[in-house]
Amino acid sequence: MSEPPISRGFQGRGNAARSARVPPGQHLVEDFPVLSAGPTPPVDLANWQLSLDDGETPLAQWSWAQFMALPQTDLTVDIHCVTTWSKLDTRWRGVSIDTLLEAAGLSEPPQPYVLAHCDGGYTTNVPAEDLLDGKAMIAWEYDGDALHPEHGGPARLLVPHLYFWKSAKWVQKLQFVDPEIPGFWEENGYHIYGDPWREQRYDGD
Amino acid sequence: MTVTDTRGPIAPGLAPKKRWLTATVREVTIETPRVRSLVLDVPGWPGHRAGQHVDVRLTAPDGYQAQRSYSIASAPAANTITLTVEMLPDGEVSSYLAGEVQVGDKFELRGPIGGYFVWTPELEGPVFLVAGGSGIVPLMAILRERAAKGALLGAMQPARLIYSSRTYEDIIYRAELEQLAGPGTGLAVVHTLTRGTPAGWTGLARRIDAMMLAEAGIPPDQMPRIFICGPTPLVETVAFTLRELGHSLKLIKTERFGPTGK
Repeated sequence: MSEPPISRGFQGRGNAARSARVPPGQHLVEDFPVLSAGPTPPVDLANWQLSLDDGETPLAQWSWAQFMALPQTDLTVDIHCVTTWSKLDTRWRGVSIDTLLEAAGLSEPPQPYVLAHCDGGYTTNVPAEDLLDGKAMIAWEYDGDALHPEHGGPARLLVPHLYFWKSAKWVQKLQFVDPEIPGFWEENGYHIYGDPWREQRYDGD
Repeated sequence: MTVTDTRGPIAPGLAPKKRWLTATVREVTIETPRVRSLVLDVPGWPGHRAGQHVDVRLTAPDGYQAQRSYSIASAPAANTITLTVEMLPDGEVSSYLAGEVQVGDKFELRGPIGGYFVWTPELEGPVFLVAGGSGIVPLMAILRERAAKGALLGAMQPARLIYSSRTYEDIIYRAELEQLAGPGTGLAVVHTLTRGTPAGWTGLARRIDAMMLAEAGIPPDQMPRIFICGPTPLVETVAFTLRELGHSLKLIKTERFGPTGK
């Protein structure tokens, strides 16, 4: 691999400013950028439903009230968007996927992969084990406030150890599948798994 | 020679790794006080589809690197692309690309990226574009491609651009847009200015609203393909309003940039 060309006159913020918590190719932001492929859907808590399906078979459903009655979990995590911004110490509250499985009477995921389905038609795929052991939740509160619709409210999937497109906004259903089914961005040139520490941004990385 | 990547998505997991390519600045154009276009020579660039973007990586003499994504402004072509970059406050990479950079300077890029916010001349139906500020950039790639290829494919589909800028001086590609929208092109461009108008301005001077989208846009019964790009609040408002006006969600594609303001 040849050396990258030096960009004459570029200094940048320098290596000293880099945090060990920021994956390769990322930079820190203080604000919270919004990226979505389509319009933000209106919030409708009265008709909101979260479902777990095994393939085409429904396993469990929760209304908003039932979902809010489940045991809640707090997570403070760093998040990494494939468009190169990272944000440290973001605070979330929601229901862990472990809790959802338990509430559905499941001791383990019925299939090894998950396809998350969202209001507006967005989908994303994640291996089921990446959602377990406290690694992921359905989040409805961000930084102490109800999650804003632009950021996925009323509730989004949160899988902070993968690039943030996996943390699907406006999530409605987790469908357990085998084999893995590529989601929206995964069908549109992005990496099937998306580990920021291995810089798995695009298909082929 | 022009090579256009009009292939659909490759099955995930089968694509080769996108390599970093060296880009050399061939030409710098000052578009507005804060915006510059860079015409780049990129040997090995495979071509792209209008609306796609690239990752840019700068390397400092001490080895420090910084990486960002930028929309491609040019119509698809092999071995060259044009980026149009707005200098952001405290923008580590944009202050270099829209300020320091000179002809002959080099950096790396990788792409094309994104298979969703794209338009190709084969797509049927009118094109309805809504831009805010530098959100015009990927839409300009669409208009340039439409002008370059559209005629070859028979009758040009109608196209409309509603473009919101702060002031007259902030309008990017002003002269070229005027040229692209000439008689017989099927393209109409509607400007609106949100922070002051020059003397004699007879155009629109307010934020994009429902009345503007209804009067200046392409109506829902013509099923236009809609591309919206700009700051998040503009995109949110426009997308929501277009749905209210009866446009199909399936035909609305959005690209947002910038902070949320919260």
